[in-house]
Amino acid sequence: MDLLAEQFTSGPEFGRAISAAIALSFSGAPLGVFLVLRRMSLSGDVYTHILLPGVAVAFLIAGESTIALITGGLVSGLIVACLSALVARTTLLREDASLAAFYMIALASGMILLAGEDHAEELLHALFGNVFAIDGTSLLVISAVSTATLFVLAVIWRALVMESYDPVFFSSVGGGGVAVHMAFVTLIILNLVIGATALGTIMAVGLMTIPGASARFWSRDLGVMLGIAIGIALISSLGGLLSAVHMGLPPGPVIILFAGGMYIVSIIFGRFGGLIRRFRRQAHLES
Amino acid sequence: MSAPAIRLDNLTLGYERHPAVHHLSGAFQQGCLTAVVGPNGAGKSTLLKGISGAMKPLDGTISMTAVETADMAFLPQQTQLDASFPISVLDTVCMGCWGRAGLFRSIMAGMVDQARAALGVVGLEGFENRPAGALSRGQLQRVLFARLLVQDAKVMLLDEPFTAIDEATSETLLSVIHQWHKEERMVIAVIHDMAQVREHFPQSLMLARECIDWGVTDQVLSAENLQTARDIANGWVENAAICERTEAA
Repeated sequence: MDLLAEQFTSGPEFGRAISAAIALSFSGAPLGVFLVLRRMSLSGDVYTHILLPGVAVAFLIAGESTIALITGGLVSGLIVACLSALVARTTLLREDASLAAFYMIALASGMILLAGEDHAEELLHALFGNVFAIDGTSLLVISAVSTATLFVLAVIWRALVMESYDPVFFSSVGGGGVAVHMAFVTLIILNLVIGATALGTIMAVGLMTIPGASARFWSRDLGVMLGIAIGIALISSLGGLLSAVHMGLPPGPVIILFAGGMYIVSIIFGRFGGLIRRFRRQAHLES
Repeated sequence: MSAPAIRLDNLTLGYERHPAVHHLSGAFQQGCLTAVVGPNGAGKSTLLKGISGAMKPLDGTISMTAVETADMAFLPQQTQLDASFPISVLDTVCMGCWGRAGLFRSIMAGMVDQARAALGVVGLEGFENRPAGALSRGQLQRVLFARLLVQDAKVMLLDEPFTAIDEATSETLLSVIHQWHKEERMVIAVIHDMAQVREHFPQSLMLARECIDWGVTDQVLSAENLQTARDIANGWVENAAICERTEAA
């Protein structure tokens, strides 16, 4: 407890870091559950790469301004995600192949834009994020996006569940699957962009998908699953931040390793489809 | 004679310019109970997709009187649903309320009662809170029929509703279809079991890309027609010339 108190009294950085982590856990983990249910778990990682061209342009124009980098990443992320979804729904390519091609194009464009740039290392720093360097403005942006995400998720909930479970039926009743998919992808990209400033792009994906994948082992009720995912994300963020400070390690990876630990526990001890349940012989029930 | 509800005029549907349904003309009368029969690859599923609006015609038109695509319920062949998806049987049936509730209106108690009643009709009382993924293939088909009941559509398009379904389940679901017929809803179903067609479907449309025959079931299912359909269905001409025909056969 002394350790915790010390962190809060030594300056505003730790308080901001904790607040950012809590906000990210609340909005990212529910999205992660849907990523897993929609079999898009790996897409999260891909979406981080399509932020690069926008971040590069923003960096060239405005330097290391957090707001500019967030805006740039968001714009290029949305453009590429829209293009990819459009190709997937109008041509014979499926979403995965379409996205795979577009994200490589985006990544290559970003690298060309930054070629010969002396300060590319600063940008790299920005891409990897630092939760202890978050300023008041960034924290405000992170909290705003997180709040908006939960609000939008509540609004599109029914459509998102139906489209995830039975997309053929949803389109047969005129539900507008493209709109739902795009709203969902927009939320993912928004959360990756704000997560990137705090944890770094790749670690931001981890705080979404790992709690989502772990939660599946503990419930068959979607609502409960979201709660568990948020809980896992919160424990990872808080535990990870404290340990990182204590041991002098980079916070992003420590947070993810905490989540990873809980993922492994879920795999082994999980109530639904966990390894122990699976291999322990139990007497069968009455027919 | 009631007015035709869905009229097909020289309708051609297909994939990459190759017709799967070729120059089909005719009408589904209001409240008809029609079986669509024919060998594999005859264009039966394609026809249902065309009628439901999921597929645009290559040529010809589908015109509707007193119905529109929003009034149709479509049960596709072999629904592939993720068995591990966290959703209950009751919630799955409640999906049928989308037409009335949409995104924002709440699912009223009345709608939930309707969903429970629909589960009763298909013989699944007490299954409300079970995970949908824990059901057998036949039970899941019953659930999908319950969802159709809740949808309350004027036109039911069913693509092979009884394939891989046991007799008891088929009987229950056929009684649902007969109930729809009594309520003067239009039912168009792709069926492979000819005995079932003869017993339960007064009208039939036999397809083999082209229309072989369309009318009263006993006449349509003649031995001669069945043989013709079998012979035609297997063709796929790789470098087919452009079809110059302008009218239905």
